[in-house]
Formats: sequence, structure tokens, C-alpha cells
Amino acid sequence: MGRLEALGKDVVGGILMIAIGIWVTIQSHQYPAGTMSRMGPGFFPTALGVIMILLGIAITAVGVLARRTKPAVAEKQLPPEWKAWTLISLSIVAFIVFARYGGLIPATFAITFISAFADRDNTWKSALVLALGMCAIAWIVFWWALQLQLPLFQWGA
Amino acid sequence: MIGQSLHDLFYGFGVALEPHNIMWSFFGVLIGNLIGVLPGMGALSAISMLLPLTYTMHPVPAILMLAGIFYGSQYGGAIGAILLNLPSHPPHAVTCLDGYPMTRAGKGGTALGITMICSFFAASFGIMVMVFASPLLVSIAFKFGPTEIFSIMLLGLIAGGTMSRGSPLKGVAMTVFGLIVGCVGTDVNSGAMRFTFGFPELTDRVELVALAMGLFGVADFLRSVNRMHFVGNETKVRLRDMRPSKDEMKKAFLPMVRGTLVGTLFGAMPGTGPTITTFIAYAVERKVSKHPERFGQGEIAGVAAPEAASHSKTQVDFIPTMSLGIPGDAVMALLLGALLIQGIQPGPQLISEHADLFWGLIASFWIGNVLLMVLNVPMIGVWVKLLQVPYRYLFPSALFFIAVGVYSTNNSLFEIGEVLVFGIIGAVLLALDFPVAPILLGYVLGPLVEENFRRALLLSRGDMTVFFTHGISAAFMTISILLVAAQVFFGLRNALRARQGRKPEHLLPAAGKPLDEIAVEE
Repeated sequence: MGRLEALGKDVVGGILMIAIGIWVTIQSHQYPAGTMSRMGPGFFPTALGVIMILLGIAITAVGVLARRTKPAVAEKQLPPEWKAWTLISLSIVAFIVFARYGGLIPATFAITFISAFADRDNTWKSALVLALGMCAIAWIVFWWALQLQLPLFQWGA
Repeated sequence: MIGQSLHDLFYGFGVALEPHNIMWSFFGVLIGNLIGVLPGMGALSAISMLLPLTYTMHPVPAILMLAGIFYGSQYGGAIGAILLNLPSHPPHAVTCLDGYPMTRAGKGGTALGITMICSFFAASFGIMVMVFASPLLVSIAFKFGPTEIFSIMLLGLIAGGTMSRGSPLKGVAMTVFGLIVGCVGTDVNSGAMRFTFGFPELTDRVELVALAMGLFGVADFLRSVNRMHFVGNETKVRLRDMRPSKDEMKKAFLPMVRGTLVGTLFGAMPGTGPTITTFIAYAVERKVSKHPERFGQGEIAGVAAPEAASHSKTQVDFIPTMSLGIPGDAVMALLLGALLIQGIQPGPQLISEHADLFWGLIASFWIGNVLLMVLNVPMIGVWVKLLQVPYRYLFPSALFFIAVGVYSTNNSLFEIGEVLVFGIIGAVLLALDFPVAPILLGYVLGPLVEENFRRALLLSRGDMTVFFTHGISAAFMTISILLVAAQVFFGLRNALRARQGRKPEHLLPAAGKPLDEIAVEE
């Protein structure tokens, strides 16, 4: 992480773009490219991949040049929020799993309850109240009024 | 011709003002507005959820209600974009850029007021254009072949990529990324699966709503969690705050007119959606402005122009949608689907065969906009309550609304997974200072660009010069090249100036420098 930051955002971003471009170009080779007058499915993505590589090189170059002309500026560093990021991602996964194997109410409870803990200020009690409140909304607004096509409770797929 | 149109419009008002029609229209506006305000719920989910309700209705009230939901949620979406930085409907991505900073500066009420005035002005103008110019616009739109459509879209993509804040290179890179995302799915011409990673769900493209919600909703939560405590600074937006001052009206007037004109121009072109229109309106405003650096920091013109453009575009968009059957965007496509379910075939004969529906719809748009204004004046207090919700309650609830909203568009849990993936991608890109809005633009236009590019070259037998030899196309290409050249020129000039104007002390390590001074330099 620290080493990445030392390179600067433009350099990291540029390399990322080059990587995406290379991946897209290689992937597109599986699809026939065809000729100019009769293009196959591979032509357009290949072109995009090549353009992406060129843009990535340009962004990296700008980043490197900017480093040279300007001394490294120590930006205000915010500590990474690994716990919060994991919890938010997990809550979305939980919604998918519980919606499939539990129904709307368990899924609603899961996504709200789990993600609430991403914020340090939330307590067990506030998360519980919030999750129950959202369950009520899910039931009344989405299931009853808007007729969402998802049963309130279900077991198995 | 004009007399005939006016006569038809009056007839349309007669249809739209029939008590049961106006009732359904009002119901649509109310529900649309309510759903549109909910974070994560846009016109797409609102219309698709209420579509089954219309199966048993007559075509005219059914379409009037769906249209009501559409502009109700469109306005509701603007509220979400301005107050919460959440664009539920993709065209509002641009409104966020300046609307949200205005809210943070305590000017949220003014931004909402301006939006309301602009939408009303633009919609009224759009209706007038439809009445007076629709025969002419239709004949121009008929002249557009794949060559012209490709050129205009290329222009839109370049303008959209370079207009974003920060480095134009990064903006263009994000546009290309969006085009790549747009390639995912089944190739229309050959039926080949591209970039599907073996998921059958991806053969039908990445879901638009999922992409937008991931990039703008989840990515933002990932960025702001534990770093933000209140969405607004507990500012109170009262009714009188919504009335912009004379000075603000003056500042917003010309952008509003320009935005309306951009929207009208693009509305006449088949296949250009509202997203590109709002992006271009914003780009134009930034280029014209004397203070382009103020954009993105709560410039009133940055709210007025795109909102006006999206509303006039919506009006005029009905010309190609209804007369050619080419929908400008996903919402229009849904409305077309509703028409087909009712047994009405969109096409050149629709206006003459179903005059009551076409003109009634246009009239109902105007009536609906009046309803929207009347409705929002007392309701603004409710919307503002959203502001006072602490962030720690807001984002878990919004996550739930996003999940349910995305699920309801296609009843697919897989698409909620797409939201998560694009949320993480968006957060990484934002952390690296890439603008994410152009991704959406590239995604929406991607298939159309490819389709028309391939068709144009098929017609010209592989001759690339065709884009420069056709009159209309050549003009668009020239503007595109000029845009790129201008960006390269200004970029190089700035770089040179930075080198020449460098003072010796700049070479010293910046250790002793206060942070804000460095920020000014950047």
C-alpha cells in the first residue's frame, strides 16, 4: 500500500488502465475480428483494448513527468477502513444469499444490520432498530404496496 | 401544418383533462415522485414495478400514468441527486456534480427551486417545439444514416469524456472503460458471447440500473463511511429558500435557455439518450462560462443547464420514439414496451392513427409539470427531512433500497452482485482520481456506437473515409477533432507554462508548506 502510494495516483491509475487494455485485447482475440467491411464480434473490443493501452501509457507518462517537475506532495492520509469496507460488501452478499434461501424479511434484516456496523457510531441497539424499521418498510411498501416478486419468507431455493 | 398541430394539441388537452385521465396522471406523478426520491429507486424501477398494473387499463390512461411516473421520478431523482448525491436516474449524474456541493454550502433549497423552474420552462419549450417543428425535425431525423449516427455519438463521447473534472485523459479512459463494459453480453450481429465469464446472466448485458447504483451509490458509501456524519450541515430548507433570488435567477437564466436548446437539438436525434444530453449541456456550460473552475463546486449554471436539457429532451424525444420506434434510452424503451402490450405499434402512422394518445400524452406532460410544481411546494419539507438523517442511518437504509430497487427491475439477484462489483471498481477508480460518470455514458452508447460503426463500414465496403465524405458526418467529425486538438493544445501549454514558470523555491521539498497552499496550486 505504502509503496503504491509513493508511485503517485496517476502512475498507478495508468498502469491499471494498461492492464485492463491488455486483458481486453487478449480476451477479444478469442472472437473473430472479420474484415473492415464485414466486422466480426472481435473487432470493436480489440480496438477499444488498444485505445485503452495507449491511454494508459499516456496517463502513466503524465504521472511520471508530473513527479519530475513537482516534488512529491504528502497528501493528507486517511486511514484505510478495511472493517467498514468488508462489512458493506458482506452485507450485499448477505442480501443475495438470504433473499435466495430465506426470503425478503431475512435479507432486508441482514443487509441493514450488517452494514450498520460499518459505521463506528452505530451500536447493537441502533442497528437493531434500524434493521427492524427497514423490515417494516420492506413488508408494507415493497411487498404489500408495490407487490415485489419476492416472498416474505421462504425455505430453500 | 402548424395550424393542424395546434388544433391537435388542443384536442390533446381535451383528452388529458378528462377527469379519469387526469386522476391517473396525478397518481403517476405522486407515486413517481415518491419512488424517485428514495435513494436507489429510479424511473426504471418505478415504471417496471407498476407496469403490470396497466395491463387491465385502457391505453390512454395507462400511458398517461406511466409518463406521470416517469417525470415524477425524474424530478424526484433530481432531488436525490441534489440533496444526497445519489443519481437514481443516470442523467442526473451530472446534476450531482454541482447540485450536491450547493447542498453542502446550504443552498440545497435554491438548487431545488432552480430545478423546478428549469424543468417547467424546458418542458414548456419542448412542447412548443414539438408542435411547431415536429414535421421538420422528423424529416431531418430520417436523413440520418449509420455514418451520421456514429459521428454524432463519437462527438458525444469525446465531449463527455473531456468535460469531466480533472484530467481529460482520465475522462476519456473512463469513457473507453464504459464502452468495454457495454460490450459485455451477446453480440447483436453474430450472436457471439463476449466477456460473459461464463455467466448466463451476463449474456443480456450488464444491467444499467446495477451499474449506475454501483458506481454512484455503493462506491460512494465505501468512500464516505466513517468519514461523513451528516449528509447536510443540518441546514433548514424552507419554502422561501426554494425561491431563488433575483441574482441567482439571472445567473441561471441563460444556462437554462442554452440547456433547453441542447436538449431540443438532441431530442430530435434518434438513439441519443438523455444521459449524453445532460453531459453535453454541462460541457457546453462549462466551456461558455467565465468561471469554468467554479464548476463542480456548486455553480448554479451546472444545475440549471443539465436539468433544463433533460426535460426538454424528454419532450422532444417522443418524436423519434413514437414516429420511428427508436427509443432514446431504457425508460423510453419501457414505455414503448407498454405501448406494444396495449397493441399499439409505434411508427410513422402512430401520430395519425392514435392522435388521442400522442397529443394527449404531450398535453399531459404539461399538465403533469404543473401538478409536479403544486405537489412539491408543500412536500419539500418531507424531502428536506431526508437531509437530517445521520449518515450512519442513511447508508444502511440506502443499501437496502438499492438492493430491492435493482432486484425489482428484472427480479434477478445476480444483478445485486453486479452492484457490488461495480461499487468496488468505482471506489478504486475514485480513489485514483478517475471520474466515474463517463463510464455510464460509454456504457449506454457502446452498443449503438459499435452497431452503427459496423453498419456504416458495411455500407461503404470497409472504406474508413466515409465518415469524412458525408456532409453531416464530416461536420461532426471536424468538431470532434477540434475538441481533441484543443485539449492537447491546452494540456501542452499548461505543461510548458508549469515548466517555464517554475520558481526555484518550488524545487525545494514541500515539507514546510501548509497543505491548503499546495491544494491551491494543484
